Amino acid sequence: MAVGVSLVVFGLVHLSGDPVLLMVSSDAPADVIATTRHELGFDRPLHAQFTDYVARAARGDLGVSLRSSLPVAALIRDRLPATVELTVAALLIAVAIAIPAGIVSAVKRGSALDRLAMVGAVAGQAVPIFWLALLLIAFFGVYLRWFPVFGRGSLAHLVLPAVSLSTVILGRLARLVRGSMLEVLGQDYVRTARAKGVGEVRVLAGHALKNAAIPIVTLLGLQFAQLLGGAVVTETIFAWPGIGRLVVEAIFNRDFPVVQGVVLVVSLIFVAVNLLVDLAYAALDPRIRTEAA
Amino acid sequence: MRRDLAFWLSAVALGVILVSAVFAERLAPYGPNEQDILKRLQPPDPAAHVLGTDEVGRDILSRLIYGARISLLVGVIAVGLSCPLGVLVGLVAGYSGRRVDSVLMHVTDIQLAIPTILLAIAVVAVLGPGLPNVILTLSVTGWTLYARLVRGETLAVKTRDFVQAARANGAGDARIMARHVLPNVISPVIVVAVFAVANMIVLEATLSFLGLGVEPSVVTWGRMLNGGRLYLRTAWWLTAFPGLAIFVTVLAVNLLGDHLRDWLDPRLRGSLGSAQV
Repeated sequence: MAVGVSLVVFGLVHLSGDPVLLMVSSDAPADVIATTRHELGFDRPLHAQFTDYVARAARGDLGVSLRSSLPVAALIRDRLPATVELTVAALLIAVAIAIPAGIVSAVKRGSALDRLAMVGAVAGQAVPIFWLALLLIAFFGVYLRWFPVFGRGSLAHLVLPAVSLSTVILGRLARLVRGSMLEVLGQDYVRTARAKGVGEVRVLAGHALKNAAIPIVTLLGLQFAQLLGGAVVTETIFAWPGIGRLVVEAIFNRDFPVVQGVVLVVSLIFVAVNLLVDLAYAALDPRIRTEAA
Repeated sequence: MRRDLAFWLSAVALGVILVSAVFAERLAPYGPNEQDILKRLQPPDPAAHVLGTDEVGRDILSRLIYGARISLLVGVIAVGLSCPLGVLVGLVAGYSGRRVDSVLMHVTDIQLAIPTILLAIAVVAVLGPGLPNVILTLSVTGWTLYARLVRGETLAVKTRDFVQAARANGAGDARIMARHVLPNVISPVIVVAVFAVANMIVLEATLSFLGLGVEPSVVTWGRMLNGGRLYLRTAWWLTAFPGLAIFVTVLAVNLLGDHLRDWLDPRLRGSLGSAQV
């Protein structure tokens, strides 16, 4: 998978034209261009360049930024914590809102509360993240002045970007929790638990939610890519110094090694998250553990 | 009853947007790029500029009407290109099985591992901005969903009796795929394609918002939002109305998609998602 993603980003960079012409000044003489090309190995066959790129990437060497001349891996290492902070905060907000909302909707099916939550979820799925971000800036940042609207620093800086980003998965997650809970609440073991006199909270959290967890965890894994993608937009709007903003800046500067590195790292994070999701299945469902064994 | 109301409201909203897009020249009170610098940043006023004017005095309502044209055009064409490609890949992978399936699904999974918006901005950065390139970019990023879906459905359909019967009658693989498998896997594809139109509209708006979309002279809702963000403090209407237009369009398409999904196959309820970027 990692080699495949590398091939895609490597191909994209080479489709964009001769990388050497982006590195030297526009009026550079032909011999300077040829020397630079030779020094950087761009005169070698593409398959040799690709093999070399993958070998270097495996050692953590993602090349050098055309703009700043700094190693791409170092640039990403500097910016990655901010992106992780933002995406994890957004994920927590989405889970903290969507799971209770989905459970209440399922338990109070057909009630005004259910309808309100589901209208909110459907609307939430349709709100473009960049518009919501601007509305939050205008209202909570400019009008009420409750939160800072640019940069990273205190916890207050995190609130608006994280809330904006959380909407990428919030609506879909709430609808899925409701659907999964409705399915599980009709099962015999839930009825048995209630008949045994188990309290409602324990029935919902211990019996129903635990059994509804697999599709929820699957969605979280699959939607993590959307969250990382959404971070590109959110970071740009809120001037959040993460890898999303780094990649947008790199695209405008035509700094393709940085673009290549960020796409590769983000894709690897996504693959790793989905591997964790697979492992979580076994933790959530003993039947999967047994089958695997 | 409520679902019917949602359906009709969505249909009316989309109808209005569609008519605006088609008859933009007749309906828009001003040209999309007609400037009147003396009337810059005018707030909404029913007597003059209903939704106000932007930083160079262009009429917001007129630009929204013209913007609808690009949004719908990009959404529909991108889906029109990516859907057949994904269906073809999924059909061939599911029907052929073994090595072909493995190779095609590996390619699909590799692309799925790259977040859509990140891939889109990388591709558009390589191709350069402009309407055809944006459509091509969105098509390139959109086909994987159909491929995965159709491949799964094909795996189930190809073992059915009528496919075996067609094969026993001497039908070739291409004919079996086109005449027997495809009609039986197409319903969920139609539903996903409707949701995908909404997805593409948001994706195009996102690219335009980031400054990577169509040419500056072409009006799009995303570009209007990008221009308006500099005036959040003083002119709320610059961001409120384009955002609302995207929101209403995406909501209407999603609700129509929900309705279509229930109508085509109630078993799919909840299994095919709505648009999101």
